Amino acid sequence: MKADLRYDPVIGLEVHVELNTTSKMFCACRADVFGAPPNTYVCPVCLGMPGTLPVINAQAVRFTVMTGLALHCQIQTHSVFARKNYFYPDLPKGYQISQYELPLCTDGWLEVETSAGVRRVGIVRVHLEEDTGKLIHVGEHSLVDLNRAGVPLMEIVTRPDMHSAEEAYALVTHLRQIVRYLGVSSGDMEKGAMRCEVNLSLRPQGSQELGTKVEIKNLNSFRSVRNAIAYEIERQTRLLEAGTQITQVTMGWDETAEVTRPQRSKEEAHDYRYFPEPDLPPLALESAWVERVRQELPELPYAKRARFVAEYGLSEYDATVLVEDRAVADYFEDVVRCAQPSVHAKLVANWVSGEFFRMMRETGTPIHEVRIRPDDLARLIALVANNTLNQTAAKQVFGVMWQTGRAPEVIVQELDLGQISDREQLAALVTRVLAENAEAVASFRAGKATALRFLIGQVMKATRGRANPQLVEMLLREQLGEEQ
Amino acid sequence: MGTTELYHLSIHAVLPLLQRRMLSAVELTRAYLERISALDGQLHTYITVTAEVALDQARQADECRAHGEDAPLLGIPLAIKDVICTRGIKTTCGSRILENFMPPYDATAVARLRQAGAVLLGKTNTDEFAMGSSTEHSAFFTTANPWDLTRVPGGSSGGSAAAVAAGLAMGALGSDTGGSVRQPAALCGIVGVKPTYGRVSRYGLVAHGSSLDQIGVLTRDVRDAALLLRIIAGHDPLDATSLDAPVPDYERELQRDEGLRGVKIGVPKEYFIAGIEPGVETAVRKALNVMEEAGATLVEVSLPHTQYGIPIYYLIATAEASSNLARYDGVRYGLRVEGEDMWQTFFRTRALGFGREVKRRIMLGTYALSAGYYDAYYLKAQKARTLLRQDFERALQQVDVLACPTTPGVAFRIGQKLDDPLQMYLSDVFTVSLNLVGMCGISLPCGFVDGLPVGLQLMGPPLGESMLLRIAYAYQQRTDWHLRRPPISVQVSGG
Repeated sequence: MKADLRYDPVIGLEVHVELNTTSKMFCACRADVFGAPPNTYVCPVCLGMPGTLPVINAQAVRFTVMTGLALHCQIQTHSVFARKNYFYPDLPKGYQISQYELPLCTDGWLEVETSAGVRRVGIVRVHLEEDTGKLIHVGEHSLVDLNRAGVPLMEIVTRPDMHSAEEAYALVTHLRQIVRYLGVSSGDMEKGAMRCEVNLSLRPQGSQELGTKVEIKNLNSFRSVRNAIAYEIERQTRLLEAGTQITQVTMGWDETAEVTRPQRSKEEAHDYRYFPEPDLPPLALESAWVERVRQELPELPYAKRARFVAEYGLSEYDATVLVEDRAVADYFEDVVRCAQPSVHAKLVANWVSGEFFRMMRETGTPIHEVRIRPDDLARLIALVANNTLNQTAAKQVFGVMWQTGRAPEVIVQELDLGQISDREQLAALVTRVLAENAEAVASFRAGKATALRFLIGQVMKATRGRANPQLVEMLLREQLGEEQ
Repeated sequence: MGTTELYHLSIHAVLPLLQRRMLSAVELTRAYLERISALDGQLHTYITVTAEVALDQARQADECRAHGEDAPLLGIPLAIKDVICTRGIKTTCGSRILENFMPPYDATAVARLRQAGAVLLGKTNTDEFAMGSSTEHSAFFTTANPWDLTRVPGGSSGGSAAAVAAGLAMGALGSDTGGSVRQPAALCGIVGVKPTYGRVSRYGLVAHGSSLDQIGVLTRDVRDAALLLRIIAGHDPLDATSLDAPVPDYERELQRDEGLRGVKIGVPKEYFIAGIEPGVETAVRKALNVMEEAGATLVEVSLPHTQYGIPIYYLIATAEASSNLARYDGVRYGLRVEGEDMWQTFFRTRALGFGREVKRRIMLGTYALSAGYYDAYYLKAQKARTLLRQDFERALQQVDVLACPTTPGVAFRIGQKLDDPLQMYLSDVFTVSLNLVGMCGISLPCGFVDGLPVGLQLMGPPLGESMLLRIAYAYQQRTDWHLRRPPISVQVSGG
């Protein structure tokens, strides 16, 4: 009978996002610390030297408010920083400045698309805090690198509204897309710019009561998030089916073994002794300022996709692919703007999601390093549309443009690639081809349509692909007809 | 003029001598350094004397003057309490844990003094991390009161107060979290100002109770206090709690002495209670009479929550301190006592680095913030703090300033209260409220009991420093307590 019971996973996430502000959260140190030699991005303030004081980074506040707005949160015009007290060598002051009772953003939601349809996930809060440093373990020793200490960190806490690994995966990837769209973070999980903790419990299907919560940490990629949740659901289901109680525990994800393991909990039953940070007055925002930030929010992915479909007549699929990265979407629109009205946006979409993406992928070039200017690409596509270039030649030109960033017309000329649409020149060529291929002419006359394809091919070959194929076909039909 | 008298002069009296080049900054600084070496063996006011730095600065000051340049404190030798960071000069906080700590930065107040041309004589003794009322909690030694070497100078800025009183510095910076500038000023017979919270930048002041701490000045008279305060006050982008309000020329404001006509002085009845030493009350009452004769109106007022001042203070100050002192873990600077592992290193460093009083307060504060106790202690204390502030706001709607004794008694004997922390805490009973409400105050000499100084405390509204100094100055003009010097003398060998 027990085996008939089905269990519903209940999943909530805590996502930490490192903000890509110019300076750190509370001091003037630069915040782009990734990859820097240890302890080179530090100052008396982020080292927690005696007598130093924090000053709030306005850009970090703005970034957090932008995120809160994008997640449909209430922006609190009165919020308070608090000290979270605990000892650890990577925490220079012995406390982390965070927000506790009164966070910057509360009560939002985010919709994600899953195979089961659109799901809405509640957002409990988005708050602002400072990152800690890092310990580097070398043999018996632990070395402290405080570059990261004080980098602005945004914490997003969801409601336990997700019920599958797929949903959680969709949420974190969509969150990444949003923070990238907003330009507030690189969202790189692999570089630690985005970190995710999962809270998961199982309950019998139909039950409203929550089961025992297990926390999963050490998730260093989006894949890990999905796999760890799937693994943990399976593990807990097995335990429950065997009649074993789940114990509340923090698990770590072992990426190589693909299993969760209980973490040594050296910090059991922490009492963080939160209290309002006396060094910082409450953060007061003006509603008018919040409204301005709202007005200045960029178009977000789902809205952009809907617009691409409506405005450019793209398919859902094409639009999805194009809006994945905001910079790519912007590039696409720049090309469209330059190409219109002579070229249809769909054609541009084909080029960008086809040849353009292929080259980005193959050469590993990020969008901001692409050398082709949008107006150049627009004119290349126009050259195809108006039959100056055929597809093969266009791809060749595109390849050169990709490497050199030069204008398509110049390349066409240099490579002598322009399409031949000169009627007399082609007519002479057609006459010659017909004379040289009596057999094909005969089979055409015998009603074999494929023979015409062959003859067109011969003309194309003779012009190294530059002949205007439509014109060639017309001339062939004319000459074959005349002879009849 | 003989150098023996130089150290009796006030800053405003010496400045014209320097400006007219009747005296050089080097001569002046030498006089002070000599006085320090002659007397500090008895007084123990300095933890670090920076003779070379001082003489360098003095030489530079003289050169500047020779080039026709001037600055408000050019060549004036001052002392800095050793909880205020000085670039390249050890800042110990009176603690073993920072015994060899050399900050690579100046506190904003120190930077402003340097900018104004001041000469830094050294760093003065303090109770460890400014936690105490006598300097007896300094990890290094106890400072003696220059009026009676067997007595405490008060604290925690006791080193600064004793140095200024005994002529070992022309003036000094102190810090005041619950009375630590005003109480030693009173006990040493000098002037001490606790500015409005946020008036002076806290950047570089090693934190004790962050919502209470304020750097203040200790000087021999009111005019000198006005002079120094003007230099160090003002907004600082490095301190988010510093106030962005213009700084008046306090000294010039003093000159328009309009007497005390029209001034309403509130006398809070809760500050004249049983337990106050009779001689102290008599001296303060006399001072009130002097002000009344000068035209002031005395009005009895009530601050009904006064009795809660000490409990509120010792919950909030210790809670904040418990967190502020967490950074001394031996990882990045200061003392490190290695243990078998990381946690043992933390434990041993802190066990050996901190003294008893500091540990007591860390434990009290940790307790007050703990889960399950937070609401009953820390949060309740914050609510009571609001009531206390409302007391002051109500009273200051009726009157311009409040006047009372700075301390309930005169300087106590060294060792007298050391084993009774509560008695020690009660010596701050008249001063802690002002920090809790964030307003400004001054202590100035108003008499003696058995040869020991008594302090009169005036308390004013936020940014009321100018008015406070003016009233204090008017009183001082009608009395000569500030001209008395302690009977300590240089033991001159061979006359």
